[in-house]
Amino acid sequence: NKSKSFPWFGMDIGGTLVKLVYFEPVDITAEEEQEEVENLKSIRRYLTSNVAYGKTGVRDVHLELRNLTMCGRTGNLHFIRFPTQAMPRFIQMGHDKNFSSLHTTLCATGGGAYKFENDFRTMADLELLKLDELDCLIRGLLYVDRVGFNGHPECYYFQNPSDTQSCVKKPCTLEDPFPMLLVNIGSGVSILAVYSENNYKRVTGTSLGGGTFLGLCCLLTGCETFEEALEMASKGDSTNVDKLVKDIYGGDYERFGLQGSAVASSFGHMMSKEKRDSISKEDLARATLVTITNNIGSIARMCAVNEKIERVVFVGNFLRINTVSTKLLAYAMDFWSKGQLRALFLEHEGYFGAVGALMELLKTTEDP
Amino acid sequence: FFFVGTFCISASIKTINRHTMDKSITLPPDEIFRNLENAKRFAIDIGGSLTKLAYYSTVQHKVAKVRSFDKATKEAASDKLYEISVQEEVTARLHFIKFENAYIETCLDFIKDHLVNTETKVIKATGGGAHKFKELIERKLGLKVDKEDEMTCLIKGCNFVLRNIPHEAFVYAKHADSEFRFQTTQPDIFPYLLVNIGSGVSIVKVESEDKFERIGGSSIGGGTFWGLGALLTKTKRFDELLQLASKGQHTSVDMLVKDIYGGSYGSLGLTGDLIASSFGKSATADKEFSKEDMAKSLLHMISNDIGQLACLYAKLHNLSRVYFGGFFIRGHPVTMHTITYSINFFTKGEVQALFLRHEGYLGAIGAFLKGAEEDNPNQYSWGENYAGSSGLMSVSPDMNPMQRARSGTFDMLEMDRLERQLVNLPLLQDPSSYIPDTMDLTEDALAREYWLYCFEEALDGVVKRAVASQPDMPEAAERAEKFRQKYRHKLQTLRHQPFAYGSLTVRSLLDTREHCLNEFNFPDPYSKIKQNENDIALKYYQKAVKSLEELSWEERQFALVRGVLAGNVFDWGAKAIWHLGLIYLFIFFSSERPWLVDSYDQWLERLRGPPHKCALFFVDNSGVDIILGVIPFVRELLSRGTEVVLASNSGPALNDVTNGELQILTERIAAMDPVIQAGLREDRLTLVQSGSSSPCLDLSRLDKVLAQVVRERQTDLVIIEGMGRAIHTNYYAMLSCESLKMAVIKNSWLADRLGGKLFSVVFKYEVPAGKPSQGSAAVTPS
Repeated sequence: NKSKSFPWFGMDIGGTLVKLVYFEPVDITAEEEQEEVENLKSIRRYLTSNVAYGKTGVRDVHLELRNLTMCGRTGNLHFIRFPTQAMPRFIQMGHDKNFSSLHTTLCATGGGAYKFENDFRTMADLELLKLDELDCLIRGLLYVDRVGFNGHPECYYFQNPSDTQSCVKKPCTLEDPFPMLLVNIGSGVSILAVYSENNYKRVTGTSLGGGTFLGLCCLLTGCETFEEALEMASKGDSTNVDKLVKDIYGGDYERFGLQGSAVASSFGHMMSKEKRDSISKEDLARATLVTITNNIGSIARMCAVNEKIERVVFVGNFLRINTVSTKLLAYAMDFWSKGQLRALFLEHEGYFGAVGALMELLKTTEDP
Repeated sequence: FFFVGTFCISASIKTINRHTMDKSITLPPDEIFRNLENAKRFAIDIGGSLTKLAYYSTVQHKVAKVRSFDKATKEAASDKLYEISVQEEVTARLHFIKFENAYIETCLDFIKDHLVNTETKVIKATGGGAHKFKELIERKLGLKVDKEDEMTCLIKGCNFVLRNIPHEAFVYAKHADSEFRFQTTQPDIFPYLLVNIGSGVSIVKVESEDKFERIGGSSIGGGTFWGLGALLTKTKRFDELLQLASKGQHTSVDMLVKDIYGGSYGSLGLTGDLIASSFGKSATADKEFSKEDMAKSLLHMISNDIGQLACLYAKLHNLSRVYFGGFFIRGHPVTMHTITYSINFFTKGEVQALFLRHEGYLGAIGAFLKGAEEDNPNQYSWGENYAGSSGLMSVSPDMNPMQRARSGTFDMLEMDRLERQLVNLPLLQDPSSYIPDTMDLTEDALAREYWLYCFEEALDGVVKRAVASQPDMPEAAERAEKFRQKYRHKLQTLRHQPFAYGSLTVRSLLDTREHCLNEFNFPDPYSKIKQNENDIALKYYQKAVKSLEELSWEERQFALVRGVLAGNVFDWGAKAIWHLGLIYLFIFFSSERPWLVDSYDQWLERLRGPPHKCALFFVDNSGVDIILGVIPFVRELLSRGTEVVLASNSGPALNDVTNGELQILTERIAAMDPVIQAGLREDRLTLVQSGSSSPCLDLSRLDKVLAQVVRERQTDLVIIEGMGRAIHTNYYAMLSCESLKMAVIKNSWLADRLGGKLFSVVFKYEVPAGKPSQGSAAVTPS
């Protein structure tokens, strides 16, 4: 059994975040243990015994997939993320830990695989295996959905999305997943129509994504992190910032079937100086979040109708700890399609590209 | 009293000016709120910053009429051919005025003071600001405010301008020689998508006059740009935000594909400069961003987003015509450019973003039409009055200050109700691609320069002629001077903004001059000259016919063509014609073939075949041209067994023969010539009006009756004569039947352009592809 030598990594270097998955084998034989170089051991120990790395690296412990069998080996899959800005330090660490001495290929996807390829080569003597991010995304997503989330379904949806009181998260499986409209919300947004694991097309994309939410929040409120921005948003009221249909028409705009509570103009109240002076940072954060989310929902819905696909799967790190957006998307899909479309979400939101990259590593070992 | 009133308004506007320094009124004040004394049916559209007022008035102006003398008194009365009289005629006109909301009270006062004969009780109102000013309007004018749905008004207005104003829609191309590419009027304007970008975005599918549906929208619109922009840059005004944006660099704020990939994302065809994440670089606390850069990034974000949604809806509903409007667009080059860019990107060039010249007026026009339904305004055709309309103003920051000042104050649109409904010539090969004008002066800077110069040069002569045409009226000189100022101002405007009234063409320059002459009550400066010319030419008619009859068949055909060409050289309108000697020179030269464009041999060959069923002849000048050139030619056609429809102008233009004059002339000729007489009697020779009062010819706007006659008679030959109709316009017009275009190029610049010399002859006989060149098998579409 000539399985690929450890360590097993998959990496997705996005515009804002680097997502890293690490397979920690738990079935190491004594013989292996002895042969294992010190270097490799220290990497394993470092990654599995910490939940934070440096100032900005985080291991999402709650997402860990335990006792997973991959390529004939059993182990735990760890999910780690850090800002793309820290990439030079990460590469430096690869150099310091003499990563290049290990017999492994570093499989990387995302734009950073291309952008940092040369840095890896010159600074750490590492050769990247560059992979297409959409290929990896789909492969990783289908894989995680297949193996499940430690005995639970990976996928979920919201029941009664139109009613805030009775709206509840419900687990489900992606049985017979095709065709699906896959909406990946990272810094920007890509929308794919997926017909099978290897047959998909990028329908469109939008530059109004997670990066826009955070970027605008930073400018408007002075916050610094995604967590901070979301925290503020959760406390704010967007109707102080947005102009609603009823603000213009006094009620519903019946001629066009628009409810009074619908947003007519995002940030529309901010045209008035008086209103600008009276709103809170929390309101601004909330309005930014709602604006970006609704817009993505609207484009996704149009694509679903144009492509004649009823199942819309939302992934990407914008949705991390972001129930405001997931519920809003679920509501928007349901409401505007009159129940025709269903929004689905996945627990491992932003990590599928990295998982897909790891799978490519394992595939290359089996092939030659 | 009118001048006193206008003095008041300019005075009070100046008072306002003291408070708002950047506002100045540069339009001559006596031009605003014209014809108020006859006004009825008011409508008002009050937007966030601009008010648009619409009203309907009747305009009394002079028209020249001709009338045969009573036979009994003829001998005694005069030796003239017919009688010319100037009469008062009342026509309907629509007035639209746009001004800043700051002037609303002053304007209402002014209207109140001048509203004399009105029976109007209500004023139709639309727009977001309508409720805010309701009380003020009711109090000031004593009219009841009747609110109309905004979107319904918008669509109604849009349909109206698309149907009635040629060159209403345009494509915006920032980096092209001419920023504005005007679209030809489509025979069927439906279906289309209207994307209205106000504070939010509404996407409306319009399927017919009464059927439209809001199929979608977005909350990210002009209000988002303004509101978010104000928060980010502390800049309060929308225009200032746009100015900031036009100076900024979005790449410092946006995360581009190359910021993520280091280059392009090749496998998806995403270039490195593409925005991956709007504001993606601003998610940091340690960097300051300039106002300009943030405004630019915001502008891109919003424009791209709207463009994307518009494309998704256009695709879903399979629509290719997408018009953009709303305050976000309203003549702003910056936003027209970003929206155009976005549409190009998302549809890969399959859909073009279209904008409207009178976009700002749609709501007011629609509200007005709602109120005027009992007058059936949609039953008529309407025409933009170039004399009374301000034209499209660019508000681009790099335009010269004169125009910028104007764009902020008063802007006007006037539309005249035409006496007849105008339709396409049924014989156009492809009405949707027909462009009347041969040269687009908006795009051709050299040609533009030449023609603007040419018209300015000719202005003195036109003024003189106008004065001379009214010797009994002492104030004619004063009026003519006003005409001169008006037209010169138009020419100056067009020099800076050639796109002001759609594509600038020789035709539009000529039409503008006619509109200005009419405006100052010079309805027909050439009437006496035409009368005189006709009189002289008639005396030679019999002699001319006789000498033609003496020729052999083949000689005669050639002589007839030369006769038309030579007759056409007699043209007081053309600059190069000074004396009769030149005519003889021409007659000499024209015998030398080949001509510049010469398909005479094919024409002659065709004449050897069976006769045409019916020929439609668009005639040109009075006098020698019509009497000694055209009529003998027509006579020959009649003799061959071809029916002839003579189409002449409905109203006067230069020395062109009008339908009224032609009626008299043919009567007189019929009295001398049994062939013509028989033709008239047997209804084989018919006179129709073209519906036009222009020296040029737009085959897509012709009298409905003409179209009907053409169809009924199964017309299989169209003859177009003269420089205005066959060279400046229709030179490239493709017809579905045989056509003959005959003209002499009487302008050396133009001759040079076409590769010939002064007095070059164009004789263009064409048979549409796929039709037999021989035989009367050519049928017309019925």
